[in-house]
Parts: sequence; C-alpha cells; structure tokens
Amino acid sequence: MAYTEEELKKELETKEYEYGFYTDIESDTFPNGLNEEIVVAISKKKEEPEWMTEWRLEAFRIWKEMEEPEWANVTYDKPDFQAISYYSAPNKKPKYDSLDEVDPELLDTFKRLGISLDEQKKLAGVAVDIVMDSVSVATTFKKTLGEKGIIFCSISEAIREYPELVRKHLGTVVPQKDNFYAALNSAVFSDGSFCYIPKGVRCPMELSTYFRINQAGTGQFERTLVVADEGSYVSYLEGCTAPSRDENQLHAAVVELIALDDAEIKYSTVQNWFPGNKEGKGGVFNFVTKRGICEKNAKISWTQVETGSAVTWKYPSCILKGDNSIGEFYSIAVTNNFQQADTGTKMIHLGKNTRSTIISKGISAGKSQNSYRGLVQVGSRATNARNFSQCDSLLMGNECGAHTFPYIEAKNSTAQIEHEATTSKIGEDQIFYCNQRGIDTEKAIALIVNGFSKEVLNKLPMEFAVEAQKLLEISLEGSVG
Amino acid sequence: MLKINNLHARVEDKEILKGINLTVNAGEVHAIMGPNGSGKSTLASVIAGKEDFEVTEGEVILDKENLEDVSPEDRAHKGVFLSFQYPVEIPGVSVTNFMKTAINESRKAKGLEDMPAKDMLKLIREKSELLEIDRKFLSRSLNEGFSGGEKKRNEIFQMAMLEPKLAILDETDSGLDIDALRVVANGVNKLKTKDNAVIVITHYQRLLEYIVPDFIHVLHDGKIVKSGTKELALELEEKGYDWLKNEAVVK
Repeated sequence: MAYTEEELKKELETKEYEYGFYTDIESDTFPNGLNEEIVVAISKKKEEPEWMTEWRLEAFRIWKEMEEPEWANVTYDKPDFQAISYYSAPNKKPKYDSLDEVDPELLDTFKRLGISLDEQKKLAGVAVDIVMDSVSVATTFKKTLGEKGIIFCSISEAIREYPELVRKHLGTVVPQKDNFYAALNSAVFSDGSFCYIPKGVRCPMELSTYFRINQAGTGQFERTLVVADEGSYVSYLEGCTAPSRDENQLHAAVVELIALDDAEIKYSTVQNWFPGNKEGKGGVFNFVTKRGICEKNAKISWTQVETGSAVTWKYPSCILKGDNSIGEFYSIAVTNNFQQADTGTKMIHLGKNTRSTIISKGISAGKSQNSYRGLVQVGSRATNARNFSQCDSLLMGNECGAHTFPYIEAKNSTAQIEHEATTSKIGEDQIFYCNQRGIDTEKAIALIVNGFSKEVLNKLPMEFAVEAQKLLEISLEGSVG
Repeated sequence: MLKINNLHARVEDKEILKGINLTVNAGEVHAIMGPNGSGKSTLASVIAGKEDFEVTEGEVILDKENLEDVSPEDRAHKGVFLSFQYPVEIPGVSVTNFMKTAINESRKAKGLEDMPAKDMLKLIREKSELLEIDRKFLSRSLNEGFSGGEKKRNEIFQMAMLEPKLAILDETDSGLDIDALRVVANGVNKLKTKDNAVIVITHYQRLLEYIVPDFIHVLHDGKIVKSGTKELALELEEKGYDWLKNEAVVK
C-alpha cells in the first residue's frame, strides 16, 4: 500500500478516532446474562460436538468460582457480566461463495477500514480471515494454503472439520482454569481463528486476521489456536480496529501458540481499539491471555503494537519447554489521555540452553498510565538459560506515568539474566531542534517516537510496520503543548 | 537580508538582549564575538524563533518580513538555519531519515512534491563528499554517541543539505580539532554564494582565520559594543575583552 506524506498529513489533521463508525447489520443476539443454558446455546448455535459443549461447561463452572483479578496497575469499573450478551452474529448466512453475496454495507465497512477484500486479494501474499461480530464471513487464499496442507479457518469451522486436531491442542497452553478471563473465554468464546502448519512446511504468505467489535454491548471473546508442526514456519498477523461506543466493551481473547520441535511462529499484533474519548469516557477493556509453548529447538516471537483500548491487561508469554528453544517479545505500548495499560510478558525457561529476549517500549502521554510487567523464570533443570530484557519508557508531558515491574526467579545457578531499563522524556530541545530544521511539532514527535520504537517496528512485517507507524502518530496527536 | 532593530529579549525575568541593531546583507559574512554570557547564543536562538525567549521590544526582519509571529519551522522554511552549539540526540532516527524529513517538510511548505529518492541520494552523495563524511555515518542515529567534532560536522552537513539563505553558526569551532576545523570551515566557504549570508558566533578568532568575516561585532551585556572589520578579531585576541568592557562602561 502506498503511503504518501499527503495521506499522513491528512490523518494528522483528523483528531477524532477515525474508525469510530457503526455498521447497521441485522444481528442474531442472545439475551444478556450468563448461565449454563447460555453456554450450551452458544455451543449448539455453532453446531459443536458434545465434547466441546462439555469443555465449555467445565470452563464455566470453574469461572463461576473465580474472582476477577485486581493485581494489575489499572483502575476501572468492573464489567457486569450479567449485563453482557454473549453471542452476536451477523444475521445473514455466515458463509459466502463470492463477494457478490456479501452484504454491501459490510463490504463498505471493510472499505472504510481500508481492508477491502478485493484489495487484499491483490496484495502480495496476504490471506485474510475476517472476524466480524464473532463469525467469520470471508476467507480468502484458502486454496493456495490448502495445496500445502495448511489449515487456516475459523475456530468454529475447525471444531467441526478437524475435531481431533482441535481437541488435542485446545487448552493445552492456556487451560480453562488459567485465569478469570481465560476461563470466561473458554466458556463462551464465539469465534476466532485456527491455523495448522504441517510438518516441514513453510507457510508461503503472512496469515492475517482482522478483528472488529461491532455490536453495541456485545462482549467479544476470540479464541485463536496456532499449531506449527515439526520443522514448520508461520508468520501470523493480527490487526484490530473498533467502532466508538459510549459504554465500555469487554474483550477477553485467548491465543494459544504451539511450536513443535524445530518449528517457528511469529505472531504480530497491531491493536487499535477505541481508547475512550479525551475525557476518558468509553473505550474497550482488553483482557487478553496469549501464550505459546516451544518444544525442542522451536522459536516463538511475539511482536505487538498497542495503541488502543481504555484498559489493557495483556502478557504474551513463552513457555520454553524444549531444549534450545527461543522466546522473543517485542512490544510498543502507547497510552494517551486516560488510557491505562499493564502489559509485558512471561518467559518461562524449562529446557536447557533456552534463550529469551524482551524489548519493551512504553510511551505515555496525556494523563495515562503505562506499566510494564514481566516475569523471567528459570527452572531448576534449565541449565545455561539466557535472558536479555530491555524496558524503555518515553514520557510526554507531566501528567502521565510509566512503571516497570520486572520479576526474576532463577532456580538454576547457570542462568544469565540481564535487565536494562531507561526512562526519557521528549525534550523541548529535541522539538526545537526539529522545528529549526523545518519540521513542525507534530511531525517532530512522530519522528522521535518512531525512532524510539524502531527496534520493535523493525520486527514487524513491512505492511504492518507502515500501519503501526501511522497508528503511533495518530495516537499521540496533540499530546505535547 | 536580515535587519535587527533595537532587539530586546528576556528569559523569564532576566533581560538578556538589551537593544541589538544589526544589518546583514546577502553575500556577507558577519562574526559575533564576545565573552561568556554576553548574549551570543540567545541572539542566535531569538533569530531562529525559540519560544523560551520573549521579545519585549524591537524586531527581527528577514527579507522585509517581520518574523515576530513566524514559527521556528516557518523561519526554517524561509531559509534560516542554526548550527547548534549543543546539537541534540534523537535515538533511532538516522541522519539520512532526519534530513529526508527536513527537506521534504520544507518542500511541502513551498507546495512542492517530495524530493525523488534519486535526487536525494545524489544530494547526499555530493554534500557528504564536500564535508568528507563517511557514508556509514549517515546511517547512525542522529548525534547519538557522536564525538564533539562529529556533531559539528553533522550540523554543517545539514546546512549543506538544506542550503539556507541565512546560516548562523553558534560556536561551531568548539570541540573541533584543527583538522576538523579546517574541513568544516572549508565546507562553509564552499557553500558561500553572493545570495546567502553567514553569521559566525565564536569566542576565539581561530575560526576566523578560516572563515574570513566581512564584519565583526563584539557583544557585551546584551549590546553590540563595537563593530569593525576582520582586524578587530586580532585586536581582541591580543587585548582580551576587558578593554571593551571598560570602554562600554565609560560610554
């Protein structure tokens, strides 16, 4: 996608959240509230096998006994879980053979998001599985992937078509009882994506999914499962936008990655959910559990650019179970106005010679609070484990906060763990220097922030990096005097 | 080109410039000398439009336009360039990227398209040769980990790239060894045309052996207390600033 200075300029002139529109599509929505009947009804609606219904019910029973966690460095009004509708699907038949059959209004939504399928199809090597209001409405490039034996479809479809694969892996990395939100997700997840890369196959294109919360008052519970079989490779992209809403929208996704021996998974996210308005009203609650497990010689990289959501609670983690496995976490988290983010990672070293790298860049502006929380844990059998962590914070203005909570637990004396942290502030001198060279203040901030974030931006696939840079600039507009 | 009339400026409650008058014509090189704290750097910042300084009286006129309400970036677009005494670091932003952004922002202000990559490359090649700059240097983060000399050379490189109408060199000689000084001065001389002008701010006359000024002004306590030709620098070198201070008091 061409991205000219002119386009950038136009965007910088738009002060309000640009994706704040609402598409009026008839929906099939369940009544508010959560009980066993609702869980069963969701499962039935999705034509799931009995084991799946049972699995959901088990999760629901666990969830009922759990308390919502309070340890994160965020404050918000807790959602009323009985005031949420747990299922909403576009009312039209969910699958289409061609674009002609798709509701024109829906297509228009995609166009406004800049992700028209036509364009996407033409774009080099990106297959898109679009999740709109919980049900996948379109999947492209499936055939090309099929030829390599790669499965990339909605999780609902996977449960129907590949029950053995799903049953074998679902909940193995993030069990139902893992935490409050993971349990809730396990009980009521409406849809999500499933991806399987067979042994020795290198996925020839970036797999990408666009999530979108669309129905007022509907919680969104995505479930993603990526399985990379021995010696395979896949790069998975996830990008999100949401329409603006006055009430808070809850989002509690679960992502599980499984990298078998010698496999590699790259998982990149650009998250741009509605952060609430300038007064701190509205915005998405994003309580996500993302975790991957690495078998022998396997590698998992998480890269994330977080600019949205009113409250974020998210720790993409790696369990380095196999010897010589590698975990990486590259993150940019931007908070502005009244946003709150508590995000970081966990690197659990269990195997020998396991290595992990954490690069976290936090940018706070306005009255926002931005926390990094990370755990590096080295098990007693993980000889020669290595970790390098770097947490940099950039502050803009005097009313925001940056916090770092690094936890280190090493049970093996051969472990080498390094932690570096810096905090800096965009200085008036830097801005004046740029001004003097003819660069106005907005552009100067964009330049400085992009420079600060460069190490992470470089880890993103090309087209995503451009999108991410755009987001950083939009998110920080007007944040310095 | 530049006309400064009775300029008074202060920072917070402290008056620093107390009535500066200065006229710089196209094709001229002016040197401003003076002891520490006399207001040399303040004058440079005020011409560039730094908002920390409040102009309480007088005016700065560039090409017949009063710059009072002109933002620093617009002054830059109009051809004002300041080579900083202490250039700031911008981590993660390469010299090339910074220059590309600066040039294209100026072009945009003039209603021009971005400079084509091919032309940009040519310009970079030409100017880096002029200042004997290694290409690898251009991929480094702006001023991060640069030595004093590298920072100053980089300032002059930027000046070469931006081709300003009025360049103000604030203590460009400080931190330069003799070889670097020669390269930098040589660069400035090559960039000199009959259509542009340079103001050199310096403590010592050393730099003025390489960049020869048409006029020298001595600043003391926020005022120009003496103006003259290049011979004045030698006199200052010999006698120090004190005789001028005394002279100013007597006046």
